[in-house]
Amino acid sequence: MSDTAKPTVGLFATCLVDLMRPVVGFAAVKLLEDAGCRVDVPVAQTCCGQPAYNSGDKTDAQDIAKSVIETFEGFDYVVAPSGSCAGMIKDHYPEAFEDDTEWRPRAQALAAKTYELMSFLADVRGVTSTGAAFEGTVTYHDSCSGLRELGIKDQPRALLSTVSGLHISEGKETETCCGFGGLFCVKYPDISEKMVDAKVDDIVATGADTVLAGDLGCLMNIAGRLQRRGLSIKARHAAEVLAGMSAAPAIGEPADEE
Amino acid sequence: MQPTTPNFKQNARDAIANDPLQAALGKLAVGFPMRRLEAAARLPEFENLRDQARDIKTHVLENLDYYLEAYEQKVVESGGHVHWCRDAEEARETILEICQKAGAKTVTKSKSMISEEIAVNKYLEENGIEPVETDLGEYIIQLRKEPPSHIIAPAIHLSKEQVAETFRNAHIDLAADRDLDEPRSLLEEARAKLREKFLGADVGLTGANMLIAETGTNVLVTNEGNADLTNNLPRVHVVIASIEKIVPTLEDASTILRVLARSATGQDISVYTTFCTGPRRPEDLDGPEEYHVVLLDNGRSEMIGSEFHEMLRCIRCGACLNHCPIYKSVGGHAYGWVYSGPMGAVLIPNLIGMEEAQHLPNASTLCGKCESVCPMRIPLPKMLRKWRERQFRAHTGAPSARWALRGWAWLAKRPGLYRWAMNVGVAVLGQFGGRGRFRSLPLASGWTSKRDLAAPAGDTFINQFHKGARGDQSGALMRKKVH
Ligand code: SF4
Repeated sequence: MSDTAKPTVGLFATCLVDLMRPVVGFAAVKLLEDAGCRVDVPVAQTCCGQPAYNSGDKTDAQDIAKSVIETFEGFDYVVAPSGSCAGMIKDHYPEAFEDDTEWRPRAQALAAKTYELMSFLADVRGVTSTGAAFEGTVTYHDSCSGLRELGIKDQPRALLSTVSGLHISEGKETETCCGFGGLFCVKYPDISEKMVDAKVDDIVATGADTVLAGDLGCLMNIAGRLQRRGLSIKARHAAEVLAGMSAAPAIGEPADEE
Repeated sequence: MQPTTPNFKQNARDAIANDPLQAALGKLAVGFPMRRLEAAARLPEFENLRDQARDIKTHVLENLDYYLEAYEQKVVESGGHVHWCRDAEEARETILEICQKAGAKTVTKSKSMISEEIAVNKYLEENGIEPVETDLGEYIIQLRKEPPSHIIAPAIHLSKEQVAETFRNAHIDLAADRDLDEPRSLLEEARAKLREKFLGADVGLTGANMLIAETGTNVLVTNEGNADLTNNLPRVHVVIASIEKIVPTLEDASTILRVLARSATGQDISVYTTFCTGPRRPEDLDGPEEYHVVLLDNGRSEMIGSEFHEMLRCIRCGACLNHCPIYKSVGGHAYGWVYSGPMGAVLIPNLIGMEEAQHLPNASTLCGKCESVCPMRIPLPKMLRKWRERQFRAHTGAPSARWALRGWAWLAKRPGLYRWAMNVGVAVLGQFGGRGRFRSLPLASGWTSKRDLAAPAGDTFINQFHKGARGDQSGALMRKKVH
């Protein structure tokens, strides 16, 4: 396919990936390019505005949303390696501009072409396998927004099941919130701890050596708790595994001395 | 009751440290959701029924005045009385007046959340009338002088040992060394005690799961049959219900019944479903001589047309509690008032004021599980967010958190400055994060008090990408390529 015939994808890296875990961004770029897309990562992006929106600061959330809309509306698709940020754009931008006749249609138009990474690969680009390899038993945590706002459940599992060497061991409570909740986890640390402990127990019970998910927020929460409890189970974004970039240190792990 | 909602954080900590409570919540967490899932799976049209149930209530709320009048007319035609009450105080007074006119000494009650909401028990006691809760769970918590901890399972927080102890302390006329080890013996003791009360009561006070406009009927759903003895045996039956309980027709009531028990306990239908219409007619074999309905507003009409309008569809099934990870962590009492869980977090600020209840809408991850199981498809997370918006506009909450948030937003609106600041921040943190994570970090103690914090990689993704770096086998390699 000539480059001009390829659909353009604006990668919304998400603030957490940008700041905390670049490898997820690179994995996303690779997966999207392999799926026949032309990928750009606009420098003008910051954050989707979720912390403001979920804290009731609607005005700031709207302002941030406007800048995301302006930055990304020229692409054929907008893809984020996060169900929660994609859900923010897809579900909550139109809702945030409910009463704004100028911005609502623009928010809706952007929402219509915005996807979470793995559902985009599977549902829009028809990717069935990414040709990656990973030795180990993994378990998958369904992040709340991805699962309940965007219906992401089968897509990551279908893609992961084709990774050679990878075995999936399902938890009993994969659909239960890990207790992250953005600012919730610092505002209500005791409840959050109780929730993430339940999540960690469920992960431990699967016997997996790695927990995967599609959202870095949840993953940092789970990884942080695993490490605080002295458990050796690793946490990674599923895109890293799908893109064959799992030689990178797992979340919160030191870089290998080479 | 005096709300303890302002102490939510402390309440939550206490609840998490309370072992018997945690054991009880652990059972609930598995049992109810599993049974709901099985019940829904047995009924292919379950999801359709949820839509229908939602539409029925949506239609009622749009025409509430019409249906309330139609309902009243039918109650009056069947020989009953309707008392319109604006608030809790009016409702309490009305109930007391009915009881006093009937010369009542004892009032039996079947479980009613509205009666908890208006705290009628305390008021009757103060006026020399003994209220007796006849639902087993309610009876237990009445003896313990506790509020319910769950809207359909009020004593869910207690172990059977705690119940046995409660009975020993309350039923002092019985042999002190009697065997109360088995649930069966507890049940039989309560039944024997309550039987005397049923027979001696002058007034029976019940709630209503629904009020049917077409027929002037109130519907009662129980698993113990206590509502039937409450509404049938005493001379006077008083129904206390809030105005949004109306449904248009019997057919509509049956649609809602089909989702109610399935969502609540996973039963296809509750053990008893009772329809009461007016007082006893000459040809009836039993029933009360007088039938009163106390119709309570208590803040509902203000919710109509507001951003909390949809909350009025709630049928108090408790599914949102049973599936809520917050509720399952802290139980019902932590919420500090008669309701709890997601429905409580939306409703309580409406009923006792946002100031008192400001924690409740914030103590949620907005995970959306509640909405996904709510039979009435109430967008609970959206409404929790609406409360947060109101709070933000009213400047409730800690100023430091507000400024931190606004500072972040200010930066996020300025991409150039944002990028510069993040580059600096990430580079600095990256220097110190050589072991891959922080065990403690100033300004991030909310996070690091409970978990480690992964350290950033030293350079942002966007920076690296625009410097030409591309994904390689590992993050470590990538970084080397850039630096
Ligand atoms: S909000 Fe929905 S799930 Fe919760 S009690 Fe009401 S009807 Fe049931």
